[in-house]
Amino acid sequence: MKPTDISNPDYFHKVVDCQWACPAHTPVPEYIRLIAAGRYDDAYMVNWKSNVFPGILGRTCDRPCEPACRRGRVEEGNVEMRKPTAHEDGPKAEPVAICRLKRVAADNKDDVAARMPKAPKQKNGKRIACIGGGPASLTVARDLAPLGYDITIYESDPKAGGFMRSQVPRFRLPEAVIDEEVGYITGIGNITMRTGQRVDSLKKIIAEGYDAVFVGTGAPRGRDLDVPGRAEAVKNVHLGIDWLASVSFGHIDKIGKKVIVLGGGNTAMDCCRSAKRLGGEDVKVIVRSGYEEMKASPWEKEDAIEEGIPILNFMVPKSCTVKDGKLTGMTFEKVKAEYDAKGRRNLVPTGEPEQFVECDDVLVAIGQENAFPWIERDAGLEFDKWNMPVVDKITFQSTHPKVFFGGDAAFGPKNIIWAVAHGHEVAVSIDKMMNNEDLQDRPLPAVAVVSQKMGIHEWSYDNDVSASLRHKVPWQDQKLTLKNIKVEVELGFDAKAGLAEAQRCLNCDVQTVFAPRLCIECDACVDICPMDCITFTPNGEEADVRKRLTAPSLHADQDIYASEPLRMTGRIMAKDEDVCLHCGLCAERCPTGAWDMQKYLVQMTHAGPGCRKPQRKAA
Amino acid sequence: MTYLAKPKLHHPSLSKNQAGYTRRDYEGKISTLCAGCGHDSISASIIQACWELDIQPHRVAKLSGIGCSSKTPDYFLGNSHGFNSVHGRMPSVLTGANLANRDLLYLGVSGDGDSASIGLGQFAHCMRRGVNMVYIVENNGVYGLTKGQFSATADKGSKSKRGVVNSDEPLDMIGMALLLGATYVARSFSGDKKQLVPLIKGAIEHKGAAFIDVVSPCIAFNNHAGSTKSYEYVRQHNEAVNRLDFIEDHEEITADYAPGETVTVHQHDGSALRLKKIASDYDATDRVKVMNYLQEHGARGEVITGLLYIDPDSEDLHEHINTVDTPLNQLGAKDLCPGTPALEKINASLR
Repeated sequence: MKPTDISNPDYFHKVVDCQWACPAHTPVPEYIRLIAAGRYDDAYMVNWKSNVFPGILGRTCDRPCEPACRRGRVEEGNVEMRKPTAHEDGPKAEPVAICRLKRVAADNKDDVAARMPKAPKQKNGKRIACIGGGPASLTVARDLAPLGYDITIYESDPKAGGFMRSQVPRFRLPEAVIDEEVGYITGIGNITMRTGQRVDSLKKIIAEGYDAVFVGTGAPRGRDLDVPGRAEAVKNVHLGIDWLASVSFGHIDKIGKKVIVLGGGNTAMDCCRSAKRLGGEDVKVIVRSGYEEMKASPWEKEDAIEEGIPILNFMVPKSCTVKDGKLTGMTFEKVKAEYDAKGRRNLVPTGEPEQFVECDDVLVAIGQENAFPWIERDAGLEFDKWNMPVVDKITFQSTHPKVFFGGDAAFGPKNIIWAVAHGHEVAVSIDKMMNNEDLQDRPLPAVAVVSQKMGIHEWSYDNDVSASLRHKVPWQDQKLTLKNIKVEVELGFDAKAGLAEAQRCLNCDVQTVFAPRLCIECDACVDICPMDCITFTPNGEEADVRKRLTAPSLHADQDIYASEPLRMTGRIMAKDEDVCLHCGLCAERCPTGAWDMQKYLVQMTHAGPGCRKPQRKAA
Repeated sequence: MTYLAKPKLHHPSLSKNQAGYTRRDYEGKISTLCAGCGHDSISASIIQACWELDIQPHRVAKLSGIGCSSKTPDYFLGNSHGFNSVHGRMPSVLTGANLANRDLLYLGVSGDGDSASIGLGQFAHCMRRGVNMVYIVENNGVYGLTKGQFSATADKGSKSKRGVVNSDEPLDMIGMALLLGATYVARSFSGDKKQLVPLIKGAIEHKGAAFIDVVSPCIAFNNHAGSTKSYEYVRQHNEAVNRLDFIEDHEEITADYAPGETVTVHQHDGSALRLKKIASDYDATDRVKVMNYLQEHGARGEVITGLLYIDPDSEDLHEHINTVDTPLNQLGAKDLCPGTPALEKINASLR
């Protein structure tokens, strides 16, 4: 193996699994430590810088960080026999509740308005249009407005927020949180909101002479159901996302007693739980696939079941039955999954009789797609064979140099955190373009490496690893939540539970940095390491070294940190990063300081001077 | 020294042995020795050996005297019996315990000060009596607890940390153990667990006095240039005569050294040890040849390691004095004190 190049910012970034998995690369352990220290304002601001909507994301994020979290791997084989306390989940190996900790910071902070950036008095003379007022557009605006750009946001709804406001139900995300966090952005200044104004022509916008146009219009078209009887049942079959938006804006406040929700994604989960609150007494989710293959996040499925909503699997809708102009039910075909030689799934009828399910209303949440009826095909943008605009994966620029895409509008439906990540990249692209720089030339993230050593056994982080299981988020009484759609279900962690959950974080950003020249191969680190991560062994190919580790390598995608050959024996130090607790005991037991715990803070490059080529100025 | 306890979390793949324990279950308290102390590696080797042999922790008694080495029984086998005796008196206490309960596994852990100075007489008699035990000397050549004076095993000519040259002849504990009739004699190095763990396993399985001298560098006072007990010196001068490869009825020990000729030593109790020869002219069962070999090679400054001597027909103290098979502490008052007629019978036989 070649010695690991730890000067490459990506190497240690990857060790911070959560941050690596987060599309916006939020420095998760950094803000979790701040929460543990009770510094909620600071924790909030660390979040705000990276992901713009900590309060919103702390309730609704798709949390790609959590499946990646090292804690989940570390607890494997350790906690299954534990008896959980009343506040703990499990007993099973679970990641840190990163998402809900984000909310702890947002809920407990003081007024942070004064810490928000302000637009400079001197504008830079560049005008940017953002079409759509969702997370992607708002992120572009937040990144560019403080630099002196003049931003105009067009939003068809009466208030900005996009998906977060129109589709996420209020029992998951209260209006006040959206208002607050959208307010921080509009409060920067230099941002003109044109709400209630639907853009119907890109050409018109371009003609207004903007220096750049950002399209962040989401994936606004719900896929419809195409079965016999659908047309006759038009009054009682609703498109999920449109229905949710109508509920959000108060246009719809009731639904029939018997409701079928079609679809297995998160929108379906929001639909069924909303229906349950608007008068639906018998609400069912009916899905073509099996439970496991459903697209909804596991916790959203669990939350729906918790509220008494059954999920019926392997049922394909066949027809709607309408009597006297009113929907009476739907017929389904029973199917089963069969896998062909290539592992592809086919749903084949089981041959059982078709099943009729009574209902008054149907909510269709079987997918959504991008739609750009308002972009003229001669506006100067190329469209691909699926009739989608061609967008560069790195710069997010379309084939029209002034037009950029981001969020769901760029590459199809994803989620809020991806929209934010796109927004940051678009802002970088626009800022570089306005400074006549190459958009493809993206600077690496800024990295700060600082030893955490304070004394022989003292570190500037808490290295005592907590043994506690994941904490349960307390829920509001169902008697209240199921009656009123505006009552938030989750109460969030209180300060005490927040602290205890924060302590489960393993501080993966505090890296074990090895200095081979100082090592005397005394084995102290090997002996103390609770997870048997460290091995001293003759060098070889990586696959071969992996076979000779102190403890078997369980995940080949987790790196082996290899040193150069050591002075005395010529062996190498090979550390399996996989289940390291970052407890620092290797460094505490090292007699020569060959191991050190160093905080490796990776900050992504945002728009501003940092993303541009360094300009030398004479002293 | 570390203030935090070692986290209880362990590697997901950590497995249980046939006794139902993981390796971590054989650990003790967190070590308070200096960071990098060779003794901690020996503790780790003992833990590994006991786990691999499926030993029931409550069937082990670990005994020690005074010194850095004698502190270590606190850092392994936290669920075993322990006795921290007076300085240098561990062998007597161990002998007594062994006589009272022959069923336990006796692990004597001592250092060069505890065994080669104040306890030299105790060490000698314990060896010559053939007490069934594993006697490990954690040998660093200095008095670490009193700031690094030479101990009795420091080599003549080696330099102290302050630059003083040792003018005294070293005490050769391996040589003494051989002379005094130890039936399993080995030397190893704390920095070479692949060698040390099998040697400890062999010693545990051996019936009779098993002695292992483990060179264990003192990071604080004896790991400098001019020392003959430093990591660097021992690594440069370590000459292994063989590798203990296999103990019958147990898993094969896989180690990453070159293959060589193997010799199988069948022991009296039916068990067998497989030794991989490294020095071709070395015969570990011939006491006199072994002593000559060690003298010759020691004179060249080599640190000879490996299983140096094994007596396949070993006997232990209980056989020597013909005690009953039942441990004395399990005999009832009637057996222990058979009464006046029995005493008279014995007295009559002596008249």
